[in-house]
Amino acid sequence: MARVVVDVMLKPEILDPQGQAVQRALPRLGFSGISDVRQGKRFELEVEGPVDDAALARIREAAETFLANTVIEDFTVRVEDQ
Amino acid sequence: MTARIGVVTFPGSLDDRDAQRAVRIAGAEPVALWHGDSSLHGVDGVVLPGGFSYGDYLRCGAISRFSPVMETIISEAQGGLPVLGICNGFQILCESHLLPGALTRNDHLHFICRDQRLRIETSDTAWTSSYEAGQEIVVPLKNGEGGYVADERTLDMLEAEGRVVARYLELNPNGSRRDIAGISNAAGNVVGLMPHPEHAVEPLTGPTTDGLGFFTSVLKKLVGA
Repeated sequence: MARVVVDVMLKPEILDPQGQAVQRALPRLGFSGISDVRQGKRFELEVEGPVDDAALARIREAAETFLANTVIEDFTVRVEDQ
Repeated sequence: MTARIGVVTFPGSLDDRDAQRAVRIAGAEPVALWHGDSSLHGVDGVVLPGGFSYGDYLRCGAISRFSPVMETIISEAQGGLPVLGICNGFQILCESHLLPGALTRNDHLHFICRDQRLRIETSDTAWTSSYEAGQEIVVPLKNGEGGYVADERTLDMLEAEGRVVARYLELNPNGSRRDIAGISNAAGNVVGLMPHPEHAVEPLTGPTTDGLGFFTSVLKKLVGA
């Protein structure tokens, strides 16, 4: 089994109020020097069979149509080393 | 013969009964539709109600968009079937790409529930012909992810084509771009609206009866009343 990771992040131009709330909380908790926080989603997909180009293409398609809303989000797909 | 308006129930829908009631008060016959049933049972229009379909998992509306009933609604809406998406229904319409843009977390992060003043910007849709353009109405608003976003080009296009259906007045409750509370598709048969007209259809339970016009509009279109 191989693991493919899909990371989904709001596009840079989309306001991320959750990330902002986290960023504002950090100095209060004593974690200084962090000027910005963006919050996203990470999907870990356990893939049956070989993770070849065709399998990755299908996963990209799933990410584009379902895991991410490409109107407001960007995504990256990578194979995780086992 | 009166019009038959379907109201879809998804797992997690909240306002399907109120939407059915609004349809009935407007003088049409409400028809309960089920998310797992791809048949629309011959209805003349569809309301996608508010709530938290599929628990808002992944993104609001993202899973509902692939339900059997939505596959049929998407294809029929492209052919002109009147569809009104309220709140979660608006989110589903955006996820379905029947409407452009997306709805994101309120900019202040709080769930908001209030009686909201709106301006109806156009009467040229299947769901707003009972109003005058520029008419102000007050209906309940309740959402956590109601911030309407789209890129500047899309926002300019919506404005230029008269597809901004309603705008927030007095207070922008969720950070929506250009105070947008509702939009339509190019043909005007598909409308998405974040506030809840179905909760303002009779004096006993609503702040006003201003919301009734959405439901009488579609009836007027369908039966030529």
